[in-house]
Amino acid sequence: MEHIISVTVENKFGVLSRVAGLFSGRGFNIESLSVAPTLDPSMSQMTIVTSGDERIIEQIVKQLNKLIDVIKVVDLNETEFVSRETAIIKVHTKDADRAEALRIVDIFRANVIDSTPSTYTIEVSGDPKKIEAIINLLQPLGIKDLVRTGRVAVAREPARPVAVQTKKVARD
Amino acid sequence: MKLTGAEIFIECLKREGVKTVFALPGGVVLKIFDTLYQQKDVEVILTRHEQGAGHMAEGYAKATGKAGVCLVTSGPGMTNVITALADAYMDSVPMVCFSGQVPTSLIGNDAFQEADNIGLSRPCTKYNFLVKDVNDLAATIKEAFYIATTGRPGPVLVDIPKDVSMAKAEFTYPNSVSIRGYNPTYEGNKWQIKQAAEAIMKAKKPILYVGGGVIFSSASQELLELAEMTQIPVDMTLMGLGAFPGEHPLSLGMLGMHGTYQANMAMHYSDLVIAIGARFDDRVTGKVSEFCPYAKVIHVDIDPTSIRKNINVDIPIVGDCKTVLREFNQILRATVNGEQKELRKPWWDQIQEWQQAHPLTYHQEKDGPIKPQQVVKRLYELTRDRDPIVSTDVGQHQMWAAQYFKLAKPNRWLTSGGLGTMGFGFPAAMGAQAAFRDRLVLCIAGDGSIQMNMQEMATAVVSKLPVKIIILNNGFHGMVRQWQDLFYEGRYASSYLDTTPDFVKLADAYGAVGLRVKKVGDLDAVLKEAMATDKPVIVDVPTYPYENCYPMIPAGGCNHEMLLEDPPELKKKQVGAGKVTPEDKDTVLTA
Repeated sequence: MEHIISVTVENKFGVLSRVAGLFSGRGFNIESLSVAPTLDPSMSQMTIVTSGDERIIEQIVKQLNKLIDVIKVVDLNETEFVSRETAIIKVHTKDADRAEALRIVDIFRANVIDSTPSTYTIEVSGDPKKIEAIINLLQPLGIKDLVRTGRVAVAREPARPVAVQTKKVARD
Repeated sequence: MKLTGAEIFIECLKREGVKTVFALPGGVVLKIFDTLYQQKDVEVILTRHEQGAGHMAEGYAKATGKAGVCLVTSGPGMTNVITALADAYMDSVPMVCFSGQVPTSLIGNDAFQEADNIGLSRPCTKYNFLVKDVNDLAATIKEAFYIATTGRPGPVLVDIPKDVSMAKAEFTYPNSVSIRGYNPTYEGNKWQIKQAAEAIMKAKKPILYVGGGVIFSSASQELLELAEMTQIPVDMTLMGLGAFPGEHPLSLGMLGMHGTYQANMAMHYSDLVIAIGARFDDRVTGKVSEFCPYAKVIHVDIDPTSIRKNINVDIPIVGDCKTVLREFNQILRATVNGEQKELRKPWWDQIQEWQQAHPLTYHQEKDGPIKPQQVVKRLYELTRDRDPIVSTDVGQHQMWAAQYFKLAKPNRWLTSGGLGTMGFGFPAAMGAQAAFRDRLVLCIAGDGSIQMNMQEMATAVVSKLPVKIIILNNGFHGMVRQWQDLFYEGRYASSYLDTTPDFVKLADAYGAVGLRVKKVGDLDAVLKEAMATDKPVIVDVPTYPYENCYPMIPAGGCNHEMLLEDPPELKKKQVGAGKVTPEDKDTVLTA
């Protein structure tokens, strides 16, 4: 099962390779990984999307915690969380396709961030299913280039009354 | 006053109580060696190979319980010490390795003798540091010793570029260390401990399964109290030997692939496994799906990742063995009474039945070839009064040593468990001897493994480390040969050593003493002569080449299904003692 693990680490050289080395050395799977400094510049936040059965995920969390440069590990699947991924997609657009592309951009609340007579560069953000969906729709027009950030995620604040909080939170 | 990086290095070692450094010089560490040369507080033992330096530091650490220290140069110095780091990492040995590095300005330029020491050592160290600024050196070394010796111990590497060892800085040594991502748990969870104590009280067939963690946390006394109070039998892992007295009536000996019959049977049929500082290695569990099918499992370990890594655990307790055992004892002291003994009588009857049915056994003919077990047994009986430290290499001789050399106390057993490093034994013994100059230090080795670090004999002679090496010389990589006989239809692919050197002459060439046992009747006299010598000694004992080590659980087999003797198709024609000749080999192959 897919898990999103949020890892707070020391912001210093070599930490990424320690984390990556842990995954490769123990045969764990990384589907995506994103890293950036936090508000406190001495720390970085990693969001790791991984998968495995219960015991593997338990080992991943424990092994991450064991790394000396890791300050905090949260398996977000144990709580409610929100996650987002951004994709930048460069699409071939000619004649009638340009209007079709803009319609799709509109439907997905995406943005055109660059434009040439024959291409649009589209930025879209959302959960992976939404990204997959827009890619599928744009594909017939001809995708020239595609980059994705991998997911970032954060736990939801328990701001609402407990009874409501336990409900599955609708996305968006 | 400002000190150079090299001076700071030595000041830090002194603050950490380091008396001995196992080292081999090279271009980028010359400043450090030059500074070491001009002082008397820290002794340098010059090894002949960096792997030797690493294993010596390990032996020193295992025998003293303190961090062992080695110092190597960049590039090949570093790559050579990797095996020792990996070994120490697997066996949780506290050790700090200092490596030289090319000057910071050249790092990444493929400079002469440059290697990515941090990258190379990352998967085989608990942590590693590259010191880029001499002002950080003292604090880094403090952290290195702190990380190496606390929590689950392990090797730490400190990489020091040449310019850092030469630059100057104000020296201040921090009093304490605080690392926000590193806070080992020493106190076990109280509720879990209570649950465990209750389970111990109720169990009808409990077994203590203890490992190296008991030794590193100095918890032998607490373990002894627990076992005696509750009358629970004790199984030791290879790394745990010595944690509990081997001759104690509650000791069932070593468990696992070559463990005793009673140890493995008791484990398999127990209803409560109390694992203390052991990690359910595959050499212990055998087939995981059929491991301890009737038991609840309590697992005490300071490393949370060890728990539920290989097998499911009912009562996990993350904490230091000593602290947790004390709490067990405190609770149990108030509750234990005669009832447990009564409750467990059938269990002990059963264990004694197992013990009597299949004790460790071998057959030594009076005039026949020398059996390796006989050598270990006599060595044990002749030296036990001197409370020796014993090291081994890896293979058949190691397992026989584990079976027949019954250690009474912890920190006497130096062996490579997790990584299984041939060539470990001799340098490890030297490291222990460097820490305890007056003690008797034995190295039980095979003729294959001793050759992997034979060059250190020069170190032993020059540095006056009078280790006694007993080579069980069967002309083979014996364990490989055993597996080939059992599982590869006796095809001895690269296990026959053909030309083994004359170890007596070799010892002589190094300026050490070489002795040979020619027949079994001479064994005692030669061993006694060796023990009475104050120089390093090699005792070459040609042993029966086709002796197999039993009991044996075939890899992936189940713990109660042990091979106890050679299968009928393997009964071999007895060949003479002494060096195996190709003719012997042919007889066996065609037999």
